[in-house]
Amino acid sequence: MKHLVVLAALLLSGPALAQSAGKPAWGPGADDAAFAAMLKTSFKDKGIAKLDRLTQDETQAFCSDPGAASGPAAAAQREKIEAANMATVKWPSDGKWLGDWKEGEKLAQSGRGLTWTDKADQPNGANCYNCHQITPQEISHGTIGPSLLGYGKVRGTSEDALKATWAKIWNAKASNACSLMPRSGHMGILGEAQIRHLMALLLDPQSPVNK
Amino acid sequence: MDRKSLGVAAFLALAAAGATTAYAQKDKALESIDAYREALQDGNPAELYEATGEELWKTPAGPKNASLEKCDLGLGAGVVQGAYAQLPRHFADTDRVQDLESRLLTCMETLQGKDPKPYIQASFKDPPKEEMNALSAYISGLSKGMPINVRPTHPKELAMVELGRRMFFFEGGPYDFSCATCHGQEGTRIRMQELPYIPSAKGAASGWTSWPAYRVSSGEMWSMQWRINDCFRQQRFPEPVYASDATIALSLYMAATASGATMKTPGIKR
Ligand code: HEC
Ligand code: HEC
Repeated sequence: MKHLVVLAALLLSGPALAQSAGKPAWGPGADDAAFAAMLKTSFKDKGIAKLDRLTQDETQAFCSDPGAASGPAAAAQREKIEAANMATVKWPSDGKWLGDWKEGEKLAQSGRGLTWTDKADQPNGANCYNCHQITPQEISHGTIGPSLLGYGKVRGTSEDALKATWAKIWNAKASNACSLMPRSGHMGILGEAQIRHLMALLLDPQSPVNK
Repeated sequence: MDRKSLGVAAFLALAAAGATTAYAQKDKALESIDAYREALQDGNPAELYEATGEELWKTPAGPKNASLEKCDLGLGAGVVQGAYAQLPRHFADTDRVQDLESRLLTCMETLQGKDPKPYIQASFKDPPKEEMNALSAYISGLSKGMPINVRPTHPKELAMVELGRRMFFFEGGPYDFSCATCHGQEGTRIRMQELPYIPSAKGAASGWTSWPAYRVSSGEMWSMQWRINDCFRQQRFPEPVYASDATIALSLYMAATASGATMKTPGIKR
């Protein structure tokens, strides 16, 4: 049953991709049906990582053909996908934007969560240091994303800056259809309270990010 | 983030008190570099696994009490020298594209009469997989210093390399990750770990010429299937079935992209 869903998702997304590329993206033998058949025999559930993770949403399907997704012909589709992701952003329920930067630092440090060796009841880390430089003290940081050193000093804490940063963390695809950054709020990786702490890490004048 | 950096991350999360974290991380990093150097001085511990693998290859076993010495790895029955450098490839007898490990399963079944299921289902640390890891070390060692020669021509190879490229860019799971998230840009890192840009010949070669490898951080001999399996774990995907088509397709995509580069297997890694 699950496999059928995967297949259906692929078949639905396929034609749209091919159209935006102007020609089939993948060579002979790697069309949607062949690819879906390969997925079906190649994976199995393990721990919390179930087969339904192979069922793509529209954003994932679109971004899985980077050549087509980044081209000028797909500009309108990128905008559509960004708007759909923006519509998923849940704003802070009590109007408070900033939590405790120290809690945010702990979350940013932790890369744990959602692999097949993790347990469902463990809280997830936020993974931020895997991709970003954040505080000057932490030298072990990734470089897939831009440095966030001095983020709050540059942006300030205007309503616009608060909203843009919240939206980036909640759903990174709202401002960049095929961002490499996970959609932490939208995918249920992090909750509202955790995002508030990460907001403080980036924007609180007391945070080492802005010292 | 592999087991090691998860450990480091968890440790740091506990110790996260500003300035001390940088030092803690540094010590940890230096420690692992020291262990790495030490291991290099004593020679690559993969040699021990190569010896075990050679014995497994030559010793009669299974219901048919036969060795694997007549196994055809692509250069004819019994030819091991240079065989790894031209895998994965299409095999006429199975009419499938196979990597080393799936081909070994075929030979174990046909020559030795063994049931491949326990080999497929065992975890990478259990005895059946230890056999596969050792065999991989031995066979890949006999291609050391040789150029990779993987140039898809058979229609099934041409299809498989495209399926592999498509798999490489296929996003999914709660993090929207694909192989390309971590290996699709030039010169990036996860924490301090440098990530090869696999769609380039140089990046593909960095991975393909050095696995199977002995991992100093865990003291284990990892086959290429294990390497790919752990990257899917980091990708937050469900588990790839051992020697399944998706893993072979990715392998063929990497090997074909790296074709011409010189094999350094079995490698030694952090
Ligand atoms: C897998 C890598 C990855 C992870 C993990 C990640 N990011 Fe990002 N992030 C990126 C990339 C790439 C960009 C730049 C492209 C974009 O804006 O989408 C980015 C952009 C950003 C920006 C916008 C920067 C600017 O100058 O406009 C912010 C803020 C940000 N990330 C915060 C975070 C926080 C907080 C976390 C942890 C919850 C995080 N990121 C986790 C990759 C990542
Ligand atoms: C979340 C990030 C991430 C994703 C996604 C990922 N990898 Fe990796 N990969 C890594 C890291 C980190 C290393 C280095 C591991 C180490 O040093 O222990 C690595 C190493 C490798 C290597 C060995 C490279 C070398 O030079 O030794 C290969 C090959 C590889 N990955 C292939 C893949 C494939 C194929 C996929 C998709 C199935 C994939 N990776 C997905 C993070 C990732």
